[in-house]
Amino acid sequence: MLNWKHKDLLGLEELSKEEIELILETADSFKEISLRPIKKVPTLRGKTVVLFFFEPSTRTRTSFELAAKRLSADTVSISATTSSIVKGETLKDTAKNIEAMKVDIIVMRHSSSGAPHLLAKAVEASVINAGDGCHEHPTQALLDMFTIKEKKGRISGLKVSIIGDIAHSRVARSNIWGLTKLGAEVTVCGPPTLIPQGIEKFPVKVTYDVEEAIRDADVLNILRIQLERQKSNLFPSLREYALNFGIDAEKLKFAKPEVLIMHPGPINRGVEISPEVADGPYSVILEQVTNGLAVRMAVLYLVSQGGK
Amino acid sequence: MSILIKGGYIVDPENKLEGVYDILIDDGEIKKIEKDIDSEKCELIDGKGKYIFPGLVDMHCHLREPGREDEETLLSGSLSGIKGGFTTLCCMPNTKPPIDNQGIVEYIYNENKKIGLMDIFPVGAITKNLEGKELTEIGELKKAGVVAISDDGNCVMDSEVMRRAMEYSKMFDLLVISHCEDKNLSRGGLMNEGYLSSLLGLKGIPRQAEIVMVARDIELAKLTEAKLHIAHVSTKETVELIRQAKKRGIKVTAETCPHYFSLTEERILGYNTNCKVNPPLRTPEDIEAIKEGLRDGTIDVIATDHAPHADFEKDVEFEQASFGMIGLETALGIALKELIKTKIISLSQLVEKMSLNPAKILGLDKGSINIGKPADLIIVDLDKSWEVKREKIVSKSKNTPFLNWTLPGVIEYVFAKGKLVLNKN
Ligand SMILES: [Zn+2]
Repeated sequence: MLNWKHKDLLGLEELSKEEIELILETADSFKEISLRPIKKVPTLRGKTVVLFFFEPSTRTRTSFELAAKRLSADTVSISATTSSIVKGETLKDTAKNIEAMKVDIIVMRHSSSGAPHLLAKAVEASVINAGDGCHEHPTQALLDMFTIKEKKGRISGLKVSIIGDIAHSRVARSNIWGLTKLGAEVTVCGPPTLIPQGIEKFPVKVTYDVEEAIRDADVLNILRIQLERQKSNLFPSLREYALNFGIDAEKLKFAKPEVLIMHPGPINRGVEISPEVADGPYSVILEQVTNGLAVRMAVLYLVSQGGK
Repeated sequence: MSILIKGGYIVDPENKLEGVYDILIDDGEIKKIEKDIDSEKCELIDGKGKYIFPGLVDMHCHLREPGREDEETLLSGSLSGIKGGFTTLCCMPNTKPPIDNQGIVEYIYNENKKIGLMDIFPVGAITKNLEGKELTEIGELKKAGVVAISDDGNCVMDSEVMRRAMEYSKMFDLLVISHCEDKNLSRGGLMNEGYLSSLLGLKGIPRQAEIVMVARDIELAKLTEAKLHIAHVSTKETVELIRQAKKRGIKVTAETCPHYFSLTEERILGYNTNCKVNPPLRTPEDIEAIKEGLRDGTIDVIATDHAPHADFEKDVEFEQASFGMIGLETALGIALKELIKTKIISLSQLVEKMSLNPAKILGLDKGSINIGKPADLIIVDLDKSWEVKREKIVSKSKNTPFLNWTLPGVIEYVFAKGKLVLNKN
């Protein structure tokens, strides 16, 4: 089997198909641990994992923390706000301080695209990107892919539609890279104001017509809509967004019978997804959360082996 | 004391002089420019195989004094300029406090007098505190010695304010330099908008932010008949707008900077903050159009937009990093590499764009080598090259995207205002 060679996991764009498959296979073997009565293995005993979150995210932070603990690593959580910049300490200063405490892995969430890349260059510890600005959120895409593979048995040849704010979504970007490398066909759908410039150079189809995105899709990945986007006139109102792009039972009539409904959470019920769809029979939203743990255990394990 | 520069190849477009001549300098003043001047009792500079240009004139740089002396000062800026072959600098008004009143203009003249290495001419603000709202006392600024007005760094968004500034400055024959950027379109933007900004998840600045303002200002120049100069042209559409405006007889001149004909947006990959600049680096097509604009005379000037920043303002997240790059020390080398070695323009055109034209546009008595005037010239070895190294940078700031580039043209001597201020040997 292929070995993991990287110190860090910063995004899926730079990974090969084989490397992504390796993460998913590793996650598969870790998933079993979560089903045991004693959910702990000694894999990362003696290692320290720092959870460095510049943006609030209970969900992702908890998932990483549990994943690290199940691998017997010590964890430290640091929540920082960008206000420390105002106090005169730069991200690099903070990173060097953390490094001086001899940690092994830093899991980072940051509102600025590229912040984990800056960190990764500055420290010897492994850096895992837990979401950077509008850039990438690799573990979210990996857990989405893991869930699809588990449910559908494959990724290659499937049609996946990502619906919502593509322009500002790191989840969308990581999914586009991961899914297309593994042979899926990806369609992105949203109002033109939420489709990024230069989309024609991404390996995706684009539609503004939600019915078209739903029809023929094996998977619908529905993105959370950020309320502040309305203020910058990217769409007129949440109501209008929900009318045009909110996925409800009515719109699902166009869907394939075995369609998977995914959402990276947290959900705005009644905006991008209606409650009956979120909680309905096709929804795998909670399984995504469960699988997130296995995927993050796999990533923690692999980067701890990487570059050695 | 007499100095004789023997056998150098002079390129002086103003005097239509190109060829091998000797130059005799006595007490800092040029006495003779002739073939085979007798070298008795003179200190000799061997110019054989070397080129002699008038001292370079930078009409657009940021020297940070007063306010951010940790990044650059009039002194360090002068030294950095000399290293790059510049003997005249025009500093932009976005200092702290800004150059929006007579007092700051006088401060700059007085401080520079103490340093005395070269001429530094301040550019005054168009509006108070560069806010784009109320005009500065333009007449007073002119009297104090500003050579142009600009709100550089900011665009005067209110078209009425810009109109009145241009109309009013006409009676002083004062140049208005416009930083063209529609700030509503560019708000929050970090790099050129397109595939790469989407790939990197960085908010884009559409090229239209520049284009629409250039179009506006050209029309305002037509309306007011004022002298308009477009700063740092970065898009192919802007080049075309200026080309058409000149054909229509509108009084408009334009500059670009070395980074806009040598670097594309791809340099940002990996979140390279030294390539974060405003206007942003664009595409290969834009570079081609800018080179053509330089070749056919649409773009009159190569300016540096030298923008020094401290490490702690650049070695940060891309979003937080300041815009701008230093350029005084690399401008000539980049121009030689990208425009001369590739035969896009002639040496004479290069001297026009980096010395004569900015002097003419600003009405400065510079940019040529004249008998009876103080020696203001540089001697360059075009056969030698040098490598850009961080530890060799003279500017107080090190934010250059050209680190480790090998550039042609080693500047061996610089005479500024009659004094030999750089001697490589
Ligand atoms: Zn500017």
